[in-house]
Amino acid sequence: MADLKITNLHKHYSGVQAVRGIDLEVASGEFTVLVGPSGCGKSTLLRTIAGLETPDGGTIEIGGRVVNYVRPRDRDIAMVFQNYALYPYMNVFENIAFGLRARKTPQAEIETRVRRAADMLGITPLLERLPRQLSGGQRQRVAIGRAIVRNARLFLFDEPLSNLDAQLRDEMRSEIKRLHQELGTTMIYVTHDQIEAMTLADRIVLLRDGKIEQAGTPLDLYERPATRFVAGFLGSPQMNFVPAQLAQSGGGWAVKVGSDVSLPLPARQGDGLSDGRAIVLGLRPQYVTRANGSHRPGHERLGVTVELVQPTGSRAYITFPLGGVPIVAELESHDVQRPGERIDLDLDMNRAVLIDPESNRVI
Amino acid sequence: MNARPPFFRRPGIVLALRYAAAVALTVGFLFPVYWLFIISFKTPEEIFAFPPVWYPKSVQFANYAVLFKDGDAVTVWNSLVLAGVSTVIAMVLGTICAYSLVRFKTGGENLAVWIISQRMMPPIAIAFPVFLLYVFFGWVDSYHGLIILYTAFSLPYVIWMMRGYIEDLPLELEESALVDGLTRWEVLWKVVFPMVRSGLFATAVFTFVFAWNDFLFALVLTRTEVITYTVQVTHYFGGQSNFWAKIAAMSVLGTIPVFFTVAVLQRYLVRGISMGAVKG
Ligand SMILES: Nc1ncnc2c1ncn2[C@@H]1O[C@H](COP(=O)(O)OP(=O)(O)O)[C@@H](O)[C@H]1O
Ligand SMILES: [Mg+2]
Repeated sequence: MADLKITNLHKHYSGVQAVRGIDLEVASGEFTVLVGPSGCGKSTLLRTIAGLETPDGGTIEIGGRVVNYVRPRDRDIAMVFQNYALYPYMNVFENIAFGLRARKTPQAEIETRVRRAADMLGITPLLERLPRQLSGGQRQRVAIGRAIVRNARLFLFDEPLSNLDAQLRDEMRSEIKRLHQELGTTMIYVTHDQIEAMTLADRIVLLRDGKIEQAGTPLDLYERPATRFVAGFLGSPQMNFVPAQLAQSGGGWAVKVGSDVSLPLPARQGDGLSDGRAIVLGLRPQYVTRANGSHRPGHERLGVTVELVQPTGSRAYITFPLGGVPIVAELESHDVQRPGERIDLDLDMNRAVLIDPESNRVI
Repeated sequence: MNARPPFFRRPGIVLALRYAAAVALTVGFLFPVYWLFIISFKTPEEIFAFPPVWYPKSVQFANYAVLFKDGDAVTVWNSLVLAGVSTVIAMVLGTICAYSLVRFKTGGENLAVWIISQRMMPPIAIAFPVFLLYVFFGWVDSYHGLIILYTAFSLPYVIWMMRGYIEDLPLELEESALVDGLTRWEVLWKVVFPMVRSGLFATAVFTFVFAWNDFLFALVLTRTEVITYTVQVTHYFGGQSNFWAKIAAMSVLGTIPVFFTVAVLQRYLVRGISMGAVKG
């Protein structure tokens, strides 16, 4: 059963159309991540689900009940905010107990539930402290604790980790994932960070300009992006986009880049393909590898001159020109020593993405 | 090697000069207060003695006793009731209005400016119309009459100040509380009030002092029943002679409540005022 069902949702602020026609269903227990660039309407969507904003059109159902005009407190949701939103004049215990007290929970039950949540998050020794005596990571744990004691039907997170430094962010990310596995609650998580989205989500909903660009499992979106935007948004370093042309070659099709490079496409049927058609070839940096002796099926060999080397430790990002644009490849760090070197690379054309330059949709 | 700084730059000298300036200023400001205070303890002979008596030989409370015996001291109580009640009402109403202005954008930008502009009006300009109105309603010389008037006069100030403090609150605190199960009114009471506590107290002190010090309206709108201490003091300036002892004693009585209010709330007062100051 769907815990959350959104139908044709619209929301605008004076002059700005923040959400324009979103349909979304979230199954019970699912971890859904709303991801997209800043300003695409993620927070607006989440806040409308929470009842902090009233939709201008469409319906929101939580647990089968239309809640468009139901107050936030009656929606059975818990929410974690980016800047923690802890009450500075209450200690950690009281902050976590806040929602329970608001609902007149008996004192004994408050005690047990707060302690259990604190145990889960490893903040039991901090219960007597005030928020200002905590570090950023500890504050975020308290904020999460405040949400989980409530046993709400739906958990909403609005960029909960973006105020933390990189290391803490990784740590808290695993923590949240673990919590979801332990609690099994339906969670909706907003972030602009594609790595967070990929690592946390059962299902990613990628938003752009107030609309859903594509929704699916992380691997779905990564391997079968529907548009150039999705292809470019997920993955790091970003997917390479090379202007090219389609050409008939042998029994199949090939991608012609410039005048002298032709890259045959394995296992491509004729649908929508025509000789000489302009396309954009999309290829992830991870699908370009240093050539070794053997020839792998579907891999095309290319001799290139390395222009730039960026070592990251075990891997190195190199840049070389192809079809007039710089292409990034992620190689083993010992594959390349310095710029100027000429090397042979294998391009995995099984993984190539063909994009129509007019509509920016994947062919 | 002679590294001694010039005379007026030596640390000891600088410090001494600073203290001297501070002491001079303090004495300058405090002497009138001291004089008032000391007169209230003097006998009539001491008050008019020449050369002046800098400090009384013996402290005697006759001047105060007479105020209580004649019932004049009740005017301080009147002032306390009027200022206290009107402050509480103005604070509660004003904070609610300010919250509405900030969170629900009630009246847009203009309403807030219009409200504070009411505060600019010279009281004397409306004293007479209000008097006529009060005669019509039969509110002259009553507690509620002056309480309503002081409340009305303080409200714009309270709304303006509280609006500033509330604007500085992070919205997420309130939203989080709404999601966690509070109603709007509970949010106001349990989240907003505690968060703006310093500002609340600072504003309340100024509101209280305004009503406490009011002379004009009290003079126009009271006769015999709810005379305030400020009006009472003027009764001691006679055609033939001035009752300096009573004036001094009554003034001291009138100063004590304000003194205590400020002393008790000093911590909040300083913080509240600087909260506003930082915001600018
Ligand atoms: N309270 C508001 N008033 C006016 N415009 C807003 C408000 N909140 C958001 N917006 C606008 O709506 C759009 C979507 O905002 P938001 O949902 O916060 O984006 P995101 O969370 O994806 O960064 C943005 O263009 C933003 O400027
Ligand atoms: Mg946002």
